[in-house]
Amino acid sequence: MSNDGEQAPRGPSRRGVLGGGTGTAVLPPVYPGAARAEAPLPAGPDLALNVNGEARRLALDPRTTLIDALREHLGLTGAKKGCDHGQCGACTVLADGRRILACLTLAAAAQGRAITTIEGLAGPGAALHPMQAAFIEADAFQCGYCTPGQILSAVALVNEGHAGSADEIREHMSGNLCRCAAYPHIVAAIMSAAPAMARG
Amino acid sequence: MRAFDYVRAADPRQALAAAARPDRVARYLAGGTTLIDLMKLDVEGPARLVDVNALATRFGAVEATPKGLRLGALARMSEAEAHPEVRRDYPLIADSLRLAASPQLRNMASLGGNVLQRTRCAYFRDVSFAACNKRDPGSGCAALEGVNRRHAVLGVSEACIATYPGDLGQALTALDAEVEILGPAGPRMMAFEGLHRAPAATPHIETALAPGELITGFFVPAGPWTRRSLYLKVRDRASFDFALAAAAVALDLEDGVVRQARIALGGVATRPWRSRVAEARLAGRRLDQASAGAAAEAAFAGAVTHGGNDYKPELGRRTLVRALMAAQAMEV
Repeated sequence: MSNDGEQAPRGPSRRGVLGGGTGTAVLPPVYPGAARAEAPLPAGPDLALNVNGEARRLALDPRTTLIDALREHLGLTGAKKGCDHGQCGACTVLADGRRILACLTLAAAAQGRAITTIEGLAGPGAALHPMQAAFIEADAFQCGYCTPGQILSAVALVNEGHAGSADEIREHMSGNLCRCAAYPHIVAAIMSAAPAMARG
Repeated sequence: MRAFDYVRAADPRQALAAAARPDRVARYLAGGTTLIDLMKLDVEGPARLVDVNALATRFGAVEATPKGLRLGALARMSEAEAHPEVRRDYPLIADSLRLAASPQLRNMASLGGNVLQRTRCAYFRDVSFAACNKRDPGSGCAALEGVNRRHAVLGVSEACIATYPGDLGQALTALDAEVEILGPAGPRMMAFEGLHRAPAATPHIETALAPGELITGFFVPAGPWTRRSLYLKVRDRASFDFALAAAAVALDLEDGVVRQARIALGGVATRPWRSRVAEARLAGRRLDQASAGAAAEAAFAGAVTHGGNDYKPELGRRTLVRALMAAQAMEV
């Protein structure tokens, strides 16, 4: 642990960020390897992203996906990088209220859209969103890695009007895999959160 | 991922101009669900991406008129699927969209990009396999002797047996849709059935689009068959999977007799596969298990299998028969 003092200037630790929870902490873009640049970073114009209601400006390699921009450059590590190929749903975020996959979205192409991550679902200091509370109540996760994507997908599912039955929920949650197989509890959580969301 | 420059087009003229640079291979970017995936795999390596999403204001609408259905190429799959008139009057189209991909992908993918989705052949997607005529013309086809359980049995060649992966394409070809294209020489229209090419000796040439051309929309003509139409998709898992076999059918029936049948097959062919031989077997006949079976026999008469996919002609025949009987039973 004698290295702690040397590591501190590099920014918050992974544990510190995870422990912080609400994601209001902002990591400076200090990791030069994050963009996996094989060529020098282009000196192009900055990107303007709107994330959780805040306008953010970033200078990024055009190859940077939204998931990497969120996690590596904005310190919002709630959205997870799972398969990185659009097959698992761990990176699910909302764009203008619709669920999308941040791993197949270029950060540059996300400009002009209101992005919501799990950190912005309830807002800092606010009570949990009904879907977050329902996931805890129903014990709808084990390892938790897929959970932010599950919750955002579930919120969108309810808003789309697809929470009519357990079968309908299963069909419309098919884009979110859970390798712990918490599926029965996830369905139960969504069924209990849907009326609470309707009550607002 | 290889380096590229990213250009946002504000209007069609800017899009065409940005894509026209002869020194840089350009790709149009809409939802990105296929393209970004393949760029990460190093299967695609364009030097320039032209983001056309802003063109949705011009080419993003879904409109039903007495003459037919206009689908803007930049409408998202989920938008077209949720459109009430698409659901009521063109259930085959709504089915093909609803049964495709996942909700997140359907929110992202544009209709124009969807029909251009590239094959899921593992030998195409994994660049560590040297032999793929589609990726590297002349290099051979690893699937012929490889694991080919999911590969095509119709429209195949000795150069390629990769399956066309989409679903909407079968609906559009069955319904005689036209595709609207904008290119450097102006707009043009062509039959959707002519958009995709069978691999023959040049599997790397997948469509009839010229370099720089952009799909702007589709037109599906109205007809007495569109309401009695459906898409049946058979897959390994119940949701979020590609078809092992699929059938797009649309029927115009009078007292149980087929006036016109429109049939396309998916999951079994190298391109959206219109089966006019099967349609001809049904025209003027009473639709029952026997006539549907005869049509299905005709549809797969030319099937060529490669071991792992020996089951596909039988699965495809049964899928088509079941789809025809289900369409007959629809209340319209």
